[in-house]
Amino acid sequence: MDIKLKVDATGLSCPLPIVRTTQAMKTVGAGDLVEVVATDPGSVKDFEAWSKSTGNSIVEQGVVDGKFRFVLRHK
Amino acid sequence: MTDVAVAPAPEETGEGAVKTKKVVIVCYSGELEKTWATMILASTAAAMDMQMTVFVTFWGLQSFVKDSKRITGQNWMQKMMSFMQRPGISHRKLSKMNFMGMGPWMMFKLAKQYNVSKPKELLEMSAELGVTFVPCQMTMDMFGLKQSDLIDGMGDPVGAATALDLMTNADSTLFI
Repeated sequence: MDIKLKVDATGLSCPLPIVRTTQAMKTVGAGDLVEVVATDPGSVKDFEAWSKSTGNSIVEQGVVDGKFRFVLRHK
Repeated sequence: MTDVAVAPAPEETGEGAVKTKKVVIVCYSGELEKTWATMILASTAAAMDMQMTVFVTFWGLQSFVKDSKRITGQNWMQKMMSFMQRPGISHRKLSKMNFMGMGPWMMFKLAKQYNVSKPKELLEMSAELGVTFVPCQMTMDMFGLKQSDLIDGMGDPVGAATALDLMTNADSTLFI
Protein backbone atom coordinates (compact mmCIF):
# COMPACT_ATOMS: atom_id res chain seq x y z
CA MET A 1 0.00 0.00 0.00
CA ASP A 2 1.44 3.31 -1.07
CA ILE A 3 0.96 5.73 1.84
CA LYS A 4 1.60 9.26 0.67
CA LEU A 5 1.62 10.95 4.05
CA LYS A 6 1.54 9.98 7.72
CA VAL A 7 -0.17 12.06 10.37
CA ASP A 8 0.85 11.53 13.98
CA ALA A 9 -2.14 12.58 16.06
CA THR A 10 -1.13 10.61 19.14
CA GLY A 11 -1.85 12.41 22.39
CA LEU A 12 -4.00 15.01 20.67
CA SER A 13 -7.50 15.71 21.94
CA CYS A 14 -10.66 16.52 20.05
CA PRO A 15 -10.90 18.16 17.55
CA LEU A 16 -7.20 18.10 16.64
CA PRO A 17 -6.99 14.61 15.08
CA ILE A 18 -9.68 15.67 12.58
CA VAL A 19 -8.30 19.18 12.03
CA ARG A 20 -4.68 18.00 11.57
CA THR A 21 -5.86 15.29 9.16
CA THR A 22 -7.77 17.80 7.08
CA GLN A 23 -4.76 20.11 6.98
CA ALA A 24 -2.64 17.15 5.81
CA MET A 25 -5.26 16.13 3.25
CA LYS A 26 -4.94 19.52 1.61
CA THR A 27 -1.30 18.76 0.75
CA VAL A 28 -2.00 15.53 -1.15
CA GLY A 29 -3.82 14.84 -4.39
CA ALA A 30 -6.95 12.93 -5.39
CA GLY A 31 -6.74 9.21 -4.68
CA ASP A 32 -3.70 9.54 -2.41
CA LEU A 33 -3.61 7.58 0.83
CA VAL A 34 -2.99 9.20 4.20
CA GLU A 35 -2.28 7.25 7.38
CA VAL A 36 -3.39 8.68 10.71
CA VAL A 37 -2.49 7.34 14.14
CA ALA A 38 -4.48 8.71 17.06
CA THR A 39 -4.99 7.88 20.72
CA ASP A 40 -8.26 9.77 21.24
CA PRO A 41 -10.95 7.05 21.60
CA GLY A 42 -13.55 9.49 20.23
CA SER A 43 -11.65 9.67 16.96
CA VAL A 44 -13.06 6.29 15.84
CA LYS A 45 -16.61 7.62 15.52
CA ASP A 46 -15.33 11.07 14.54
CA PHE A 47 -13.45 9.77 11.50
CA GLU A 48 -16.60 7.92 10.35
CA ALA A 49 -18.58 11.17 10.56
CA TRP A 50 -15.74 13.09 8.91
CA SER A 51 -15.60 10.57 6.08
CA LYS A 52 -19.36 10.81 5.49
CA SER A 53 -19.23 14.59 5.50
CA THR A 54 -16.16 15.10 3.33
CA GLY A 55 -16.49 12.15 0.97
CA ASN A 56 -12.92 11.01 1.71
CA SER A 57 -13.04 7.28 2.35
CA ILE A 58 -11.68 5.14 5.17
CA VAL A 59 -9.71 2.36 3.50
CA GLU A 60 -8.46 0.70 6.66
CA GLN A 61 -9.23 1.07 10.31
CA GLY A 62 -7.80 -0.80 13.25
CA VAL A 63 -6.01 -0.79 16.56
CA VAL A 64 -2.21 -1.10 16.48
CA ASP A 65 -0.26 -1.13 19.76
CA GLY A 66 -3.27 0.31 21.56
CA LYS A 67 -3.49 3.21 19.12
CA PHE A 68 -6.17 3.89 16.54
CA ARG A 69 -4.87 3.66 12.99
CA PHE A 70 -6.74 4.89 9.93
CA VAL A 71 -5.83 4.78 6.27
CA LEU A 72 -7.78 7.42 4.41
CA ARG A 73 -8.14 8.00 0.71
CA HIS A 74 -8.43 11.53 -0.63
CA LYS A 75 -11.54 11.82 -2.79
CA MET B 1 -17.79 0.85 24.01
CA THR B 2 -21.16 2.56 23.97
CA ASP B 3 -22.64 3.25 20.61
CA VAL B 4 -22.67 6.91 19.72
CA ALA B 5 -25.14 8.30 17.25
CA VAL B 6 -23.42 9.43 14.07
CA ALA B 7 -24.99 11.85 11.62
CA PRO B 8 -26.87 10.14 8.80
CA ALA B 9 -25.10 9.76 5.49
CA PRO B 10 -25.09 13.00 3.49
CA GLU B 11 -27.28 13.35 0.45
CA GLU B 12 -25.60 12.32 -2.75
CA THR B 13 -25.77 15.03 -5.37
CA GLY B 14 -24.25 13.12 -8.23
CA GLU B 15 -21.15 11.12 -9.08
CA GLY B 16 -19.84 10.42 -5.57
CA ALA B 17 -20.27 14.08 -4.73
CA VAL B 18 -21.28 15.08 -1.23
CA LYS B 19 -23.62 18.00 -0.65
CA THR B 20 -21.85 20.77 1.23
CA LYS B 21 -23.61 21.43 4.50
CA LYS B 22 -23.95 24.93 5.86
CA VAL B 23 -23.59 25.64 9.55
CA VAL B 24 -24.03 28.97 11.29
CA ILE B 25 -22.95 29.75 14.84
CA VAL B 26 -24.21 32.92 16.47
CA CYS B 27 -21.33 33.66 18.81
CA TYR B 28 -23.07 35.78 21.42
CA SER B 29 -21.29 34.95 24.69
CA GLY B 30 -17.84 36.06 25.71
CA GLU B 31 -17.08 33.54 28.44
CA LEU B 32 -14.06 31.30 28.08
CA GLU B 33 -15.95 28.00 28.04
CA LYS B 34 -18.47 29.17 25.46
CA THR B 35 -15.82 30.72 23.25
CA TRP B 36 -13.99 27.40 23.45
CA ALA B 37 -17.09 25.49 22.33
CA THR B 38 -17.57 27.86 19.39
CA MET B 39 -13.97 27.44 18.29
CA ILE B 40 -14.00 23.65 18.57
CA LEU B 41 -17.17 23.38 16.48
CA ALA B 42 -16.07 26.00 13.94
CA SER B 43 -12.69 24.38 13.29
CA THR B 44 -14.21 20.90 13.11
CA ALA B 45 -16.98 21.95 10.73
CA ALA B 46 -14.40 23.48 8.40
CA ALA B 47 -12.32 20.31 8.66
CA MET B 48 -15.43 18.35 7.66
CA ASP B 49 -15.74 20.47 4.50
CA MET B 50 -18.82 22.24 5.83
CA GLN B 51 -19.44 25.86 4.96
CA MET B 52 -19.03 27.46 8.36
CA THR B 53 -20.07 31.01 9.19
CA VAL B 54 -19.78 32.55 12.65
CA PHE B 55 -21.87 35.66 13.28
CA VAL B 56 -20.12 37.49 16.08
CA THR B 57 -22.24 39.72 18.27
CA PHE B 58 -22.51 41.31 21.74
CA TRP B 59 -20.06 39.81 24.26
CA GLY B 60 -18.89 37.39 21.60
CA LEU B 61 -17.34 40.25 19.65
CA GLN B 62 -15.01 40.97 22.58
CA SER B 63 -13.20 37.70 21.76
CA PHE B 64 -12.47 38.97 18.27
CA VAL B 65 -10.73 42.15 19.35
CA LYS B 66 -6.97 41.83 18.93
CA ASP B 67 -5.30 40.47 22.08
CA SER B 68 -2.91 43.43 22.06
CA LYS B 69 -5.73 45.97 22.45
CA ARG B 70 -6.24 47.03 26.04
CA ILE B 71 -8.71 49.90 26.05
CA THR B 72 -11.20 50.15 23.21
CA GLY B 73 -14.06 52.53 22.48
CA GLN B 74 -14.55 56.20 21.78
CA ASN B 75 -16.28 57.54 24.91
CA TRP B 76 -15.68 56.98 28.61
CA MET B 77 -18.41 54.38 29.02
CA GLN B 78 -17.09 52.23 26.19
CA LYS B 79 -13.55 52.65 27.50
CA MET B 80 -14.65 51.74 31.01
CA MET B 81 -16.34 48.56 29.77
CA SER B 82 -13.17 47.42 28.02
CA PHE B 83 -11.21 48.29 31.16
CA MET B 84 -13.52 46.16 33.33
CA GLN B 85 -13.45 43.22 30.92
CA ARG B 86 -10.28 43.07 28.88
CA PRO B 87 -11.08 42.22 25.24
CA GLY B 88 -9.25 39.56 23.22
CA ILE B 89 -9.61 35.80 22.92
CA SER B 90 -6.77 35.14 25.37
CA HIS B 91 -8.44 37.17 28.11
CA ARG B 92 -11.76 35.38 28.50
CA LYS B 93 -13.19 34.67 31.93
CA LEU B 94 -15.08 31.59 33.09
CA SER B 95 -18.77 32.00 33.91
CA LYS B 96 -18.24 29.82 36.97
CA MET B 97 -15.21 29.45 39.21
CA ASN B 98 -13.29 32.31 37.64
CA PHE B 99 -11.67 33.17 41.01
CA MET B 100 -9.87 36.29 39.74
CA GLY B 101 -8.28 34.36 36.88
CA MET B 102 -7.30 31.29 38.88
CA GLY B 103 -10.02 29.23 37.13
CA PRO B 104 -8.89 30.03 33.56
CA TRP B 105 -5.26 29.49 34.61
CA MET B 106 -6.13 25.97 35.80
CA MET B 107 -8.21 25.31 32.68
CA PHE B 108 -5.25 26.21 30.45
CA LYS B 109 -2.92 24.09 32.56
CA LEU B 110 -5.28 21.12 32.18
CA ALA B 111 -5.71 21.82 28.47
CA LYS B 112 -1.94 21.69 28.02
CA GLN B 113 -1.71 18.46 30.00
CA TYR B 114 -4.35 16.81 27.83
CA ASN B 115 -3.19 18.35 24.54
CA VAL B 116 -6.35 20.37 24.09
CA SER B 117 -5.86 23.43 21.91
CA LYS B 118 -6.61 26.85 23.36
CA PRO B 119 -9.39 28.97 21.81
CA LYS B 120 -6.77 31.23 20.20
CA GLU B 121 -5.08 28.28 18.47
CA LEU B 122 -8.45 26.92 17.32
CA LEU B 123 -9.36 30.37 16.01
CA GLU B 124 -6.19 30.44 13.93
CA MET B 125 -6.90 26.93 12.59
CA SER B 126 -10.51 27.89 11.81
CA ALA B 127 -9.40 30.95 9.84
CA GLU B 128 -6.84 28.86 7.98
CA LEU B 129 -9.47 26.24 7.10
CA GLY B 130 -11.78 28.90 5.70
CA VAL B 131 -14.29 29.68 8.45
CA THR B 132 -15.99 33.04 7.83
CA PHE B 133 -16.27 35.33 10.85
CA VAL B 134 -18.81 38.11 10.43
CA PRO B 135 -18.96 40.93 12.98
CA CYS B 136 -22.23 42.59 14.01
CA GLN B 137 -22.28 46.24 12.96
CA MET B 138 -24.57 47.30 15.79
CA THR B 139 -22.29 45.77 18.45
CA MET B 140 -19.27 47.46 16.90
CA ASP B 141 -21.10 50.81 17.09
CA MET B 142 -22.32 50.31 20.63
CA PHE B 143 -18.90 49.28 21.96
CA GLY B 144 -17.12 51.85 19.82
CA LEU B 145 -15.07 49.20 18.02
CA LYS B 146 -13.35 49.91 14.72
CA GLN B 147 -12.52 47.27 12.10
CA SER B 148 -8.85 47.88 12.98
CA ASP B 149 -9.58 46.83 16.60
CA LEU B 150 -10.72 43.41 15.36
CA ILE B 151 -8.47 40.52 14.36
CA ASP B 152 -7.36 40.37 10.73
CA GLY B 153 -9.46 38.45 8.24
CA MET B 154 -12.89 39.27 9.66
CA GLY B 155 -15.67 39.77 7.13
CA ASP B 156 -17.48 43.05 6.58
CA PRO B 157 -19.83 44.04 9.42
CA VAL B 158 -23.46 43.10 8.87
CA GLY B 159 -26.79 43.41 10.65
CA ALA B 160 -29.52 41.14 11.97
CA ALA B 161 -31.16 40.75 8.56
CA THR B 162 -28.01 39.24 7.08
CA ALA B 163 -27.63 37.04 10.16
CA LEU B 164 -31.20 35.76 9.76
CA ASP B 165 -30.66 35.19 6.06
CA LEU B 166 -27.58 33.09 6.89
CA MET B 167 -29.48 31.15 9.55
CA THR B 168 -32.54 30.35 7.45
CA ASN B 169 -30.33 29.12 4.60
CA ALA B 170 -28.18 26.92 6.83
CA ASP B 171 -28.60 23.23 7.62
CA SER B 172 -27.94 23.93 11.26
CA THR B 173 -27.68 27.00 13.45
CA LEU B 174 -26.31 27.29 16.96
CA PHE B 175 -26.62 30.18 19.39
CA ILE B 176 -23.67 30.06 21.75
